Amino acid sequence: MPTAPQLEEAKETRRHSAVVRVTHWLTFIAFVALVVSGFEIVISHPRFYWGEVGNVNTRPLFVIPIPASRDTVPTGYGYVMNDQNGWSRYLHFEAAWVVLLTGLVYGIYGLGSGHFRKNLIPARSDWTWRAYRDRIAKYLRRKRADRAEEDTYNVLQRTAYLVVILVLFPLVIWTGLAMSPSFTSAFPATAALLGGRQSARTIHFFVTWLLLLFLAVHVAMVALSGFWSRMRAMTTGEARDFKEGQ
Amino acid sequence: MNPISRRKLIRGGVAAAAGLGGLAVADRLASRYGLIPPDGSGIYGPGETLTYACQRLLTTRTPAREFPRGMISKKPFANEIAPPTEEFKRMQAGGFRDWRLVVDGTVARPMTLSLADLKSLPMQSQITEVACEEGWSYIAEWIGTPLSGVLREAGVLPQSRYVVYYAIEKGLWESIDMADAMHPHTFLTMGMNDGDLPVAFGGPLRLRVPRQLGYKSLKFLTHITVTDDIKKFGSGKGSVDPDYGYSWYAGI
Repeated sequence: MPTAPQLEEAKETRRHSAVVRVTHWLTFIAFVALVVSGFEIVISHPRFYWGEVGNVNTRPLFVIPIPASRDTVPTGYGYVMNDQNGWSRYLHFEAAWVVLLTGLVYGIYGLGSGHFRKNLIPARSDWTWRAYRDRIAKYLRRKRADRAEEDTYNVLQRTAYLVVILVLFPLVIWTGLAMSPSFTSAFPATAALLGGRQSARTIHFFVTWLLLLFLAVHVAMVALSGFWSRMRAMTTGEARDFKEGQ
Repeated sequence: MNPISRRKLIRGGVAAAAGLGGLAVADRLASRYGLIPPDGSGIYGPGETLTYACQRLLTTRTPAREFPRGMISKKPFANEIAPPTEEFKRMQAGGFRDWRLVVDGTVARPMTLSLADLKSLPMQSQITEVACEEGWSYIAEWIGTPLSGVLREAGVLPQSRYVVYYAIEKGLWESIDMADAMHPHTFLTMGMNDGDLPVAFGGPLRLRVPRQLGYKSLKFLTHITVTDDIKKFGSGKGSVDPDYGYSWYAGI
């Protein structure tokens, strides 16, 4: 029977708690489903507008220069892509529920367990431009992370994660709901505050790109710092092999 | 096995059992209060059920978003329609005098109404947005009479749960629940922007369901059946949409 201090030690070797690991991967799977199905939905009308309304008779804000999956959209290609809107829509909304519910669990856990306070909110001393500048310089000089960063995140990582958790995901959910004719019947401000239904759709599209940009940088950084050891840390929670991936 | 993992195992087991028990109770309650949509089964069932249940708890009586007259779209987009049938062309030539709306099913007084009959009912107008699942939208003024008035006239029997509605073209049908059917903005629409409802927009008669996506606003309406059992219609999922992957409940 291990004694209490040993138990504490065993816990400390866990890089990520079980809740963080499970919600991380659920969110990842749901996000991939949302991006794939979202792309399929977008190609049925690859035109974007600003304001409340927009259709092929109104001037678009911009157009993605690809053929559409519906022949009612004049794209100039004379070619109609395969229409996969059906299953895409079912999948999109189900995956949205996974993200929302997972996010709720993660948010409650993050507040209750001190995960946000300990791991994500930058230390008081780091609330300066200088802290950001120094860390960016360190990345640019490709300096190795120091010992203090082994078990936790630096100020740039903390900020990036907080932006994703507190800004991008809430915004993508909000703009999604603002496109629901029934939800906006109860909460018209969700659409009106954004400038209208089509503005919401356009913002939804751009926030998706910002999330994809985050994903690309995130995966690149994981690869640079030792892909398999980081994957193991986020899957089994083990992370005693800081040097392994070098 | 060390004590930690055993304890974890027990804790996990209890949590899983509580979760499953909670789901079973939720499922019971949801079906008792009519919170499970006709397409609430299969792999996408959980998502559809969560959406529909939340919408019914939040939005059963909320009014559709209405817009000021100045926001009416100058050039509304007429979506593709199937080429009109011979029967349709014949009625169009006669100014739609022979157009009939049949109301039957679980009603006390089944009836057949001409457009003139419908126009003798209290006419109302709404300036609401048509939002297509593809992403485009437009705003128009829609003139007609609330479906609820006709349903009250027909005497909807208490066991009724859905209103199934058909277009003149065979195989085109939809359904909504009683909450949306009785909603004051669900219109039997005969006019658009101060004129008769053009054929391109579903004239002479279209059911406007403004709190759901465009595909629920069926064009060329000829028949309404009130029912207590949606399983008897088509593949039992409330319309043909779910067979193609589109949600039966399109309020989203």
